[in-house]
Amino acid sequence: MVVIIDYNVGNLSSVAGALKRVGIDAIVTRDKETIEQAQAIILPGVGSFPVAMANLEKYGLIETLTSCKEKGTIIMGICLGMQVLFEMGYEVRPTKGLGFIPGKVEYMDIDEKIPHMGWNELYFNQIHPILKYIEENEDVYYVHSYQAVTDDENIIAYSMYGTAKIPGIVGKDNVIGCQFHPEKSGAVGENILKAFKEMIEC
Amino acid sequence: MLKKRIIPCLDIKDGKVVKGVNFVGLKEVGDPVELAKRYDLQCADEVVFLDITASYEDRGIIRDLIAKAASELSIPLAVGGGIRTIDDFRMILASGADKVSVNSAAIANPDLIKQASDEFGVQCVVIAIDAKKNDQGRYDVYVKGGRENTGLDLVEWVKKCESLGAGEVLLTSMDADGTRAGFDIDMLNAVCEVVNIPVIASGGCGSVQDIVDVFEKTNVDAALVASLFHFNEATVEDVRNELTKNNIHVRRV
Repeated sequence: MVVIIDYNVGNLSSVAGALKRVGIDAIVTRDKETIEQAQAIILPGVGSFPVAMANLEKYGLIETLTSCKEKGTIIMGICLGMQVLFEMGYEVRPTKGLGFIPGKVEYMDIDEKIPHMGWNELYFNQIHPILKYIEENEDVYYVHSYQAVTDDENIIAYSMYGTAKIPGIVGKDNVIGCQFHPEKSGAVGENILKAFKEMIEC
Repeated sequence: MLKKRIIPCLDIKDGKVVKGVNFVGLKEVGDPVELAKRYDLQCADEVVFLDITASYEDRGIIRDLIAKAASELSIPLAVGGGIRTIDDFRMILASGADKVSVNSAAIANPDLIKQASDEFGVQCVVIAIDAKKNDQGRYDVYVKGGRENTGLDLVEWVKKCESLGAGEVLLTSMDADGTRAGFDIDMLNAVCEVVNIPVIASGGCGSVQDIVDVFEKTNVDAALVASLFHFNEATVEDVRNELTKNNIHVRRV
């Protein structure tokens, strides 16, 4: 069973819809017991870093997610849900994240339009099962003003915005995150979710 | 490299897609969700639903349309029309839209921009602006579907929107809208010069070449297209091919 964490940050119907198109019938929930039993967890999110962390705290989900992470449940964060996987976020004010991946999330201080909004091509940084059904240079849909700053070994794929290297897919052990929206990225996004489905099945 | 976006816009009245000419004289062209899915299949980069009735009784209709579209589309959906309050933002986003476009209400209450971007993030706050050139060669901002001149200067207003937390600007030239004679290049340049957020060009698109022109002559990020697509005069693919031929980078499909 796959769960989509419902913690009041943005709509979840498009994530659920996209998963359904690749054959995953996900449950949208914030119930701790259901989450504990999940085979995989999707952590979506739209909004700001401090609000996301405050909501996870409010629903008592930080401990639940941490225990799932420790026992090896596959966790995929999307957009803001990816950002909170890191140790610290600096949107609005410094806020502690879940700390599942080493690194921090900072404002994109670059000479380009912010937010970084629209389709941008992915370059591969390592071989990873999540990339199984996509090719390098295929476009995915981003919309964000903050970016992950992390060691190269945690970056699976990235995009270039001006001269800045933007981590697109990050990962460490059983935790993975997409800065872009696979559920909004057409066929390429669906192919990423298809690979995700295989990762949780084996 | 970030790609230029092609965005079909669906004007919706009483649950059906219509397209106005100079904001009057509406002609029905079809079911919004079906049309949006067609554009998704053609690999449009986003879709916009503009609810042009947006009376209180119609809120249920648009909410159902958004929910259906959001779960079936594989590209982002922006929704505008009749947004007054932060609760309207919440309702539209909760229904499944990715972005909300606000026009008149932001002018009546600029703080709404800040409230919305603080609560939902700048990425979902699109400021729609209708503007028209005045005798002095500057641009005035209009509201109420272009019927009322606010007296606000376009350049000043767009800068204020950015400072309050707008994530994107959807700029419609009333001089160009419905003419199908090309986008308003001067107006778009006036805005692109002063803001550092994405700008969507709207109004005046009558041919594929108009879209090539707007990307060659301005720094806009996206082009909003309605009749050209709705009446099957061109497909999204035609536009993408022509842009590619002119070395304008678009999403690879």
